[in-house]
Amino acid sequence: MNEISLMPEEQYQRLQQRNAADVKELWDLLDAVKDPEVPVLTIWDLGILRDIVRDGDKVTVIITPTYSGCPAMDNISTDVTQVLNDAGYADVTVKMSLSPAWSSEWMSPEGRKKLREYGIAPPEDADLDEDGLTPDAHAQCPHCGSKNTRRVSEFGSTACKALFQCDDCSEPFDYFKKI
Amino acid sequence: MSDQIKNAIQEYATRLGDDSVVLGHRISEWVSYGPFLEEDIAYGNVSLDYIGRARMFYTYAAELADDGRDEDDFAFMRNDREYRNLLLMEMPKGDFAYSQVRQLFADVYYTILLPELLQSKDETLSAIAAKAIKETKYHLRRSRDWVLRLGDGTEESHKRAQKAVDQLWGYTHELFDMDETEQLLADEGIGVDVSKLRDAWLQMVSDILTEATLTVPEDSWAVRGGRTGYHTENLGHMLTEMQIVHRSHPGCKW
Repeated sequence: MNEISLMPEEQYQRLQQRNAADVKELWDLLDAVKDPEVPVLTIWDLGILRDIVRDGDKVTVIITPTYSGCPAMDNISTDVTQVLNDAGYADVTVKMSLSPAWSSEWMSPEGRKKLREYGIAPPEDADLDEDGLTPDAHAQCPHCGSKNTRRVSEFGSTACKALFQCDDCSEPFDYFKKI
Repeated sequence: MSDQIKNAIQEYATRLGDDSVVLGHRISEWVSYGPFLEEDIAYGNVSLDYIGRARMFYTYAAELADDGRDEDDFAFMRNDREYRNLLLMEMPKGDFAYSQVRQLFADVYYTILLPELLQSKDETLSAIAAKAIKETKYHLRRSRDWVLRLGDGTEESHKRAQKAVDQLWGYTHELFDMDETEQLLADEGIGVDVSKLRDAWLQMVSDILTEATLTVPEDSWAVRGGRTGYHTENLGHMLTEMQIVHRSHPGCKW
């Protein structure tokens, strides 16, 4: 395909923020924190990590939930604190920020690739329906690449995913919803 | 911010949190009883969305109360008379049709209410609304699909769906009631004037029910009281189950 893939504005802004940060080493350190439910993705990849502020010895990490009821947030907070503690930062506060609301657009390009390799179709692997929601068919199968697939359930193993099945290779797979 | 406004927002956030936790808990009662596995999981996810929403509202209420209580105290340490949820949310789970019809009524309500709350001058309420709107789109699509499927399904499913609509209808009027607290906040551009939302709700619900070959009931009876702490007997039983672990092991973490 002769398409130049464009990076969505939101992703570009996030990347700029990270590159310009005066605590770049802390952003790098937190690449060790993975989402417990999608363990191939870091909290950076997912867009959960919003900001890091250092004030003297005190480090404040701002994270945002993907979905209101995401049960992984407590785990992630603990992991963030642990990683920073281990690196010698004793005074760590993890804060939850709700606004702006998380968007799947924030997911990094590497994150999307890793998702697919892990067997989860990223949001762009399906054409949304007229309401901008998950379509009832044709999300691309991450296993065999076929688009001959159908939605089995609106909600998959977690709130952020829908469940599909491929009619070519017969494998079920999760589709990461666009919100 | 004046104390009067601050207290009103705390009360308002608590009410919205109560609606969410009670409905979220009711939905969670379907977990492991769903008609098939995928539906079971879907219900669990919708439940989590509501409980997550409740946590956000309670955390904000606790912050405003500033008396040492946290979100858990709001959810687990208040009795039924202290709960301010709409009665519709506390009705028992009933059969599958009953739960889905209730869900449709609630989902349409939030579809109309949340965009208004998004306009709130209160940043936290607006942020919670922004998050919840996205989730509600998916909730509504699912409950609408089920109501269409059940209403326009077999003779038995139609009968049960219609019975649910008739039994729940009288609890929907309360959704659009205002009192002094909510009027104050609506006047300040902080809360939503729900009394203005009924026409839109009725239109959307009627369209879906009609498409599902169900009859929209006459407005012949209405039950109210949730916002003042007067509940049906169902809430007490539900809270007993919901709160027992927390109250038996205060401060326990796992």
